[in-house]
Amino acid sequence: MKFKVYRYNPDVDAKPYMQDYELEDIEPGMMLLAALLRIKDELDETLSFRRSCGEGVCGSDGMNINGTNGLACISPVAELKQPIEVRPLPGQPVVRDLIVDMDQFYQQYRAVKPYLIVKDPMPEVELPQTPEQREKLDGLYECILCGCCSTACPSFWWNPDKFLGPAALLQASRFIEDSRDQALDERLADLEGPFKLFRCHTIMNCVQVCPKGLNPTKAIGDIKKKMVTRSL
Amino acid sequence: MKRRQFDTLIIGAGGGGLRAALQLSNADTSVAVVSKVFPTRSHTVAAQGGMNAALSNVTQDNWHWHMFDTVKGSDYLGDQDAIEYMCRAAPKAVYELEHFGVPFSRLDNGSIYQRPFGGQSQNFGGDQAARTCAAADRTGHAILHSLYQQNIHAKTHFFDEYFAVDLLKDEEGHVLGALVFNIHDGEIIVIEAKTTLLATGGAGQLFRTTTNALINTGDGLGMALRAGIPLQDMEFFQFHPTGIAGRGMLITEGARGEGGYLVNGDGERLMERYAPKAKDLASRDVVSRAIATEVRDGRGCGPNKDHVMLKLDHLGEAVIQKRLPGIRQTCITFLGIDPAETPIPVFPTAHYTMGGIPTNRYGQVVVPVKDTPEEPVFGLYAAGECACVSVHGANRLGGNSLLDILVFGRAAANHIIEHLAENRYHLTMDENSIDKAMENLQRWDQKGKTDGESVSQLRDELKAVMEEHCSVFRNEDVLKQGVEKVEQLARRLKDARIDDQSSVFNTAKVEALELDNLMCCALATIHSAYARTESRGAHSRMDYTERDDKHWMRHSLYSLESGLDYKPVRTKPMSVDSFPPKPRVY
Repeated sequence: MKFKVYRYNPDVDAKPYMQDYELEDIEPGMMLLAALLRIKDELDETLSFRRSCGEGVCGSDGMNINGTNGLACISPVAELKQPIEVRPLPGQPVVRDLIVDMDQFYQQYRAVKPYLIVKDPMPEVELPQTPEQREKLDGLYECILCGCCSTACPSFWWNPDKFLGPAALLQASRFIEDSRDQALDERLADLEGPFKLFRCHTIMNCVQVCPKGLNPTKAIGDIKKKMVTRSL
Repeated sequence: MKRRQFDTLIIGAGGGGLRAALQLSNADTSVAVVSKVFPTRSHTVAAQGGMNAALSNVTQDNWHWHMFDTVKGSDYLGDQDAIEYMCRAAPKAVYELEHFGVPFSRLDNGSIYQRPFGGQSQNFGGDQAARTCAAADRTGHAILHSLYQQNIHAKTHFFDEYFAVDLLKDEEGHVLGALVFNIHDGEIIVIEAKTTLLATGGAGQLFRTTTNALINTGDGLGMALRAGIPLQDMEFFQFHPTGIAGRGMLITEGARGEGGYLVNGDGERLMERYAPKAKDLASRDVVSRAIATEVRDGRGCGPNKDHVMLKLDHLGEAVIQKRLPGIRQTCITFLGIDPAETPIPVFPTAHYTMGGIPTNRYGQVVVPVKDTPEEPVFGLYAAGECACVSVHGANRLGGNSLLDILVFGRAAANHIIEHLAENRYHLTMDENSIDKAMENLQRWDQKGKTDGESVSQLRDELKAVMEEHCSVFRNEDVLKQGVEKVEQLARRLKDARIDDQSSVFNTAKVEALELDNLMCCALATIHSAYARTESRGAHSRMDYTERDDKHWMRHSLYSLESGLDYKPVRTKPMSVDSFPPKPRVY
């Protein structure tokens, strides 16, 4: 099986290049991460990428696979056209090979105050929440911060400092929709202005690539609706 | 060399580290969290089924029953003071998490959803209890993200993608921080801290087939051993009954809690023979042995009869989608089957390190000094899977590990706050200890002998040896060979080499340092297992099939310098009567 992998190590390379690798004896059901690990172990120890859980839960191994962002650990190689082209997530500074600098991404995440804000005194037991209220968080809380969505978003490429991006906005929605949260007004006010939220042009790349099947575009739309309702 | 000073250094950013960090940041102390991965990549994220607490939301319950189940589950090797502490603290720990924002699943009355899990009973061994608080089957994810979010709010200082190499000490052996390096650019920093908390997780990468993430290489355990601290009870490694056969992905015990059950190659519901009462919700060690026995005796499933089936399809799609959406997705992704229609092939899979760095219930690391079996090491704490309090003893109950990390992460932080009030100044570090840590790091900068072996080759061999010689069933011959093989691998590791000498995000170097740590864990595990001539909990000897309380109701301590030593189990709880050892029947 043939692979073309983006290589760049600022220590030694003047500029990035694509390197070819070939693996034999591909096991049935093999995921791209397993293939990259085999390349690293058997062919080229210097190939660098992040990885951890290996089952699509930790969000470490987001990368661009044949032109589409995804997680290497849940992408079966058999379903990919050869040579499989693997690049770092687009639009972010490359640290080395498939590893990008995620600082901007995390900064936007922190900017939406991604934590529950309760102003009333806390009860001695759990805050009550009905199953219906809890269901509103389904499709929002499962985000693994892999960065596939935001780095696939043209609005984020152009204004990564001003547009919060789909991942951070999904997170904003997760707290806006939480019946226990008591900062709705502040949260909505924080998202005012032409850029933070409204730079979303519903291109929906985020929905296409999300490895967890989440829908940031819908979350963004729901926030917009809430803003309209609030301003009335 | 750059030096930074903090009140507390926390190594590891999983649930234990983050719970402690939050407590310390909110107490206005300065805290640095060093993690080799971005915090939400920590392995807590992969915990599925939930967290035990006697809330009585579904079945009548109380902490004393939870305590009984945990002591029994531990096969009477757990320390009963720590177990009482944990079970009493559990409800508060859950409510705190809920207040931090964890999106627990809910019951119709608005309270937290609880499901039945293995080894849970009402009234000291009576009817099945439902004690496990869950956020669908993504409880670890929900908890880890909420804790990280709260730490953002508390402005905790994070060193993301820094690797901790070794603990640093003064001449008296007080622990004063660690030598770390920035994985991004290789910069080495000495972090000076009045207190250091190890929260580095387990060592599941010891085995070839494992539910554990690639980062679970026992780094804190290696650091402790190299600092002269013995590791406790390392022979007790949990094999989860339901890893996906041959692949290792975890299928939560919650799948059986929701009504799933195991069937063998004859289509028989096998657990009825091994645990007539609890059946599929017996303790994990019991269920794992049952599956391994079925397969060994030729009653496995599939063309090679090398696994059994976990049947869920009778639960219906709605229940599976609502309560078990994560494992459903995992099965579709990795097996191409939908458990709502097709049973899942499963086999016992390496899952959890019951042993670890010995601590008391305040999280202080304790070592034997002369006649005192448990003398605190000044300045050093440990919490979570890397620690051995010991609340899990010889076998952990499902749902008790998330509880462990939260209760003892918090307890350690509270003790640290007291310690800081009494010890207000940084002590002077012994420069030799920095030199020694530098040596361990820079050993990988030399290319070594040209015929030196590669890190990946040695790591693969180690994992194969551990799987073959230290698995569900063990005996004298197999363990003896295992000891020899691991010792030999440890010697070969001294000449291993890496080719990658870049200072930029050098993952080859990280993997080499991880193998150093893993090798320490392997030595401790195989030596402790070889020496223990009884069967207890997860340590099952074919040649010593009975539990031997007279000789072996004691904790193992393995150190690099002096090999094996033992200390008594703390059988006296804090306030209630002790649970004396009884035959363990489910």
